[in-house]
Amino acid sequence: MQLSLSLLECAGLSREAPSRPGFYLLQDVSFQLKRAEVIAVVGPSGAGKSTLLRLLNRLDEPTSGIIRLEGQDTRQIAPRNLRRRIGMIMQRAYLFPGNVADNLAFGPAQRGQTLSADQIRSMLTSVGLEGYESRDTLTLSGGEAQRVAILRALANDPEVLLLDEPTSALDAAARESVENAIRPLIDARHLTCVWVTHSEDQARAVADHVLSLEAGRVRAWGSPAEVLRV
Amino acid sequence: MFKLTHELQHGLIDCAIAGVTALVVLLLARRRAPELLRELPIAELRGIIQIVAVGAILAFLLHGPHWVAIPVLAGMVLAAANIVRNRAKQIQQPFPMILYAILGGAGSVLLLMAVTRVIPLTIAIIIPVGSMVIANTMNTLSLFLDRLRGEVVSHTGEIESALALGASADTALLPGLNAAYRACLIPSIDNIRSLGIVWIPGIMAGMVLSGASPLFAALYQFVVLTTIFSASAFTCLIASFMVTRRLFSQNEQLLLRS
Repeated sequence: MQLSLSLLECAGLSREAPSRPGFYLLQDVSFQLKRAEVIAVVGPSGAGKSTLLRLLNRLDEPTSGIIRLEGQDTRQIAPRNLRRRIGMIMQRAYLFPGNVADNLAFGPAQRGQTLSADQIRSMLTSVGLEGYESRDTLTLSGGEAQRVAILRALANDPEVLLLDEPTSALDAAARESVENAIRPLIDARHLTCVWVTHSEDQARAVADHVLSLEAGRVRAWGSPAEVLRV
Repeated sequence: MFKLTHELQHGLIDCAIAGVTALVVLLLARRRAPELLRELPIAELRGIIQIVAVGAILAFLLHGPHWVAIPVLAGMVLAAANIVRNRAKQIQQPFPMILYAILGGAGSVLLLMAVTRVIPLTIAIIIPVGSMVIANTMNTLSLFLDRLRGEVVSHTGEIESALALGASADTALLPGLNAAYRACLIPSIDNIRSLGIVWIPGIMAGMVLSGASPLFAALYQFVVLTTIFSASAFTCLIASFMVTRRLFSQNEQLLLRS
C-alpha cells in the first residue's frame, strides 16, 4: 500500500478531446492536496479548469494519468461512491424540479439515507435561507438557487469539494451572498477544496495554493503570493 | 399477370391528382421549406412504388398459406427498425435495441391479438393490420428516441448534477425518460380520444365501403387503434429500459452531448 500524506493527488493527468484526436483539453497536470487545504485553479477560458474538475469527479475519463484519493487509485472506487466523497458544485445550480428540501435530501437518498427536518432546517439557516424548505425551486433567485446547490452537495458529507466558478453566472449582489455563504461552510467543515475561479482576488482570499493553467497545461503552481501578480 | 382494368386506371388517375396536389401545396409554401419541395417528388415516387409492390404481393399472398404472414411481418419489423435507427444516431449501437423493442413490443401485442382471435388469422387481415401496428410503433419509437435525445441535450446540467451527487445513470435519466415517454404517446392517445369525432380512420372507411356493418367497422376500428397504442407503449417501454446503458459509459458518464 502506498503511504501518502495527501488526501487528493493527481499525477500526469491528461484528457484528449473526444471529437478532436490529438487535441488535449488537459495535459500532464500534477498536484497534491492535503486535508483541509484549498487550491484555487485559475486561467483563461479554455485553459482546462472545468475539465480538471470533471476528471476529479469522474464525469469524464482521463486519457492518461492517475488520480488518488487517500492514496487509492480512484478507478478502483465505484463511481457513485467516489462522487459522494468528491462533491461538485457547478457554474449553475441545476436544481431538480420540486422543493428545496427534496433537493437537499437527494444525495443521501441515493444511499438509502434520509435527512431529518431539523437537519434541513439547520442547513438552510447556515446560509440565510430560513423557512425555505417547501419553496419550489423554480421560485428561487440565482443566488438562492446556488446556495441551495452548495448545501445539496454538502448534504453528501464529501471529503473534497470541487467548485466550478459557482458565482460566475450571478450578479454582484448574489455573488456576494454566495461567497459569504461558502467560506464559513468550508472553514467549519475543514473541507478540502479545488476552487476554479476567474477572480485573482478570490483566489488570494481563499487559497493555500494556486494552480494556474493555460491551454490545458500547468503554467504555474505555488502559493498565491508566488503565482498571482500583486 | 395484372390487367389494367378500369378500376386500376381510375386508381392511377386518383394517385396522380393526389400527388400533384401535394406538390402544388409545397410549391405555394416553398419559402417556408424549400428542401421539402425537393424531397417530396422522390418520397412520392418511392411511396407509390412501395405500396403498389405491396398491393401486388398481397394479391399474390391472399391465395397462399397462413405462415407466409410471418416472414412478411418480420421484413416489415426489420425495415421499421432500420428507419428508426436514423433517428437515434447519437445513441450507441441503437439497432439491436430498436429491433428487440419492436419485436418484443409490437410482436407480443400482435401475437396476443392473433391468439385470442381478436385479429382474424387470415392473410388479408393480419398483414394489413400488422403493418399498421408496426408502422405506428415505428413512428412512436422514433418520436420517443428523438424527444429523449432532446431532453438529454437540454438537461445535461441536471443529469450530470444528479450523477455528481452519487445518483445512478438510471436515476439521473429518469425525468428525461418520463418526459419522452409521455410525449411520444400523446398522438396515440389523442387518436383514440378523437375517434369518430375528429376523424373516421381509413380502415373503418374501407370496411364500410366494402359492405361491412358500420357498427362492426366502428368497433373494429377501436380494436385496431387500441392495439396500436398497446404495441407502441410496450415498445417504447422496452426501449426505455434498454436505452440508459447506450447513453452512459460503464462508469456512468454521460456520452451524449449537444
